[in-house]
Amino acid sequence: MTPHSGSAHNEVRARLGSPEEGADARTEPRVRRLDRAALQGVLVREVVNFGSFWRSSTFSSTVEPTIYLLAFGFGFGSLVSKVNGLDYVQFVGTGTVATAVLFSSVFPGMFSTFVKYQFQHTYDAILAAPVDTEELVTGEALWIAARAGTYGCVPMLVAMAFGLNPAWGMFVVPVIAFVSGFGWACFGITVAAVMKSIDNFSYVTSTVITPLFLVAGTFFPISNLPQWARIAANVNPLYHCVQLVRHAVFGFQTEDLWHLGFIVVFGLVMWRIAIARMERRLVD
Amino acid sequence: MPALAIRLRGVVKRYGPVTAVAGFDLDLPEGTCVGLLGPNGAGKSTTMRLLTAQAIADEGELEVLGHRLPGDSKSARAVMGVVPQLDNLDTTLTVEQNLLVFTHLYRVPRARREEAIERALVLANLTDRRKARADQLSGGMRRRLLIARALVHEPRLVLLDEPTVGLDPQVRQELWALIDRLRSEGVSILMSTHYIEEAERLADTVTVMSHGRAVAVGRPADLVAEHAGREALEVYGPPARLREVEDDARERGWPTRRTGTSVTILRADGLNGELPEGERRQATLEDVFVLLTGEEIS
Repeated sequence: MTPHSGSAHNEVRARLGSPEEGADARTEPRVRRLDRAALQGVLVREVVNFGSFWRSSTFSSTVEPTIYLLAFGFGFGSLVSKVNGLDYVQFVGTGTVATAVLFSSVFPGMFSTFVKYQFQHTYDAILAAPVDTEELVTGEALWIAARAGTYGCVPMLVAMAFGLNPAWGMFVVPVIAFVSGFGWACFGITVAAVMKSIDNFSYVTSTVITPLFLVAGTFFPISNLPQWARIAANVNPLYHCVQLVRHAVFGFQTEDLWHLGFIVVFGLVMWRIAIARMERRLVD
Repeated sequence: MPALAIRLRGVVKRYGPVTAVAGFDLDLPEGTCVGLLGPNGAGKSTTMRLLTAQAIADEGELEVLGHRLPGDSKSARAVMGVVPQLDNLDTTLTVEQNLLVFTHLYRVPRARREEAIERALVLANLTDRRKARADQLSGGMRRRLLIARALVHEPRLVLLDEPTVGLDPQVRQELWALIDRLRSEGVSILMSTHYIEEAERLADTVTVMSHGRAVAVGRPADLVAEHAGREALEVYGPPARLREVEDDARERGWPTRRTGTSVTILRADGLNGELPEGERRQATLEDVFVLLTGEEIS
């Protein structure tokens, strides 16, 4: 993907006029694509707003995966003592990191994006400032990814309280959670841009997100599944996140390059799709 | 001739089968206030969206402060402020925080941010409410904050989309004073409105818009003189009588308009023939507006 392969709108903008170095250019702020200043503006807005709802957001993003961890860890843990040579609590404790990443990125991507453009008209205000849709979407996704990178670590910390041994590789987990969360945030933004009504989100939640969340090797290893399910799991970005996190904690392997490559490509592709769909939605 | 802050030529914007803007021309000389007057659906809001490149024109030339749109619109947006028709403040943030966010979005340099916020607070007369959350403000205060938010970067051009819609008369006057102050400071203003009085009081020139086109351009007083004459005659009566007066006027070629409870005969001072009995009054911009944009509500 070249830096100029922007969406139709940007091409229109580029074709119809290029920034002129006229008399005004000296006194006016310089602008270009993916401006740092524009991204900063979008991020500052999010950070300042986060000050008013971080409690509820942090609560739901951490309590939910913790409940999964405890329920499965102790529920199944009483039936299954070891999976792939790991204690079941360790297996689930590392797996639910991906669950936390998914929940804290795809749902904000879907719901808060939809609310911001449909009900609060926030994006109208932002796009009237020197910010383009590309920068708006990128800034929003980066912010959600940063939160996912943080919240994603919670299940791992809880699992440590239940006997997961510390490892140096754990310091890489926030990075994995960030990259993975960026892709899911962009996926959520795309859903918000495509859907006509917030009620339609449940179609996506039940047909896409729930299956992906269950068949990702979080609660049970996919190696025992039928072949078709194993193939399906391999195109599930969440599965690659689960594997990376587990290997970060218990030791990296060469196949992790494939897992990393997958979530990076997923993130980049979803990023461009989210920008294109949002532009169609926001610019007439 | 002063430079133009806005220059539109033959601008067309279609939404499927609907043509919202149909070959629209507009000149806004720098430092003046132009009122965009038109009924609902005339294309005012679409024009505003075109000027921020939130809508892309199908045809025509658009220039804002020397920047061609949509290609160079980001540079244009950096030096203009936009006050939207719909309130889109961040409601859980304080007055001050709302302004702070926009100093970042409008790239006010760090060293000047604090000063910019103070200036905006003073301008909007919200200094003592700086710590109040936006959702605790009255309707008028929220409007003032919306305007102040668009001014943190000292823009050269301000777009006001129906700045006083839905507000009571006292609050409206307060906002007029604020807008008038901007004008006296030399800021170029494009204000869309369907309140005649607002255009009359604030605008140097008015562009009357109907069905996506400019149907009249000029100073408010000149428009009245040109289209409605000096005096108008209001004829009151039951509906049957009003119809009779209308038919009679049509036959004689007199311009009329309905005002709901009466029929108004325009140019009453210069008409030949015997006028029906009624009350004489000065012609107004509203007469021009109704005459030019039609009486039907679409």
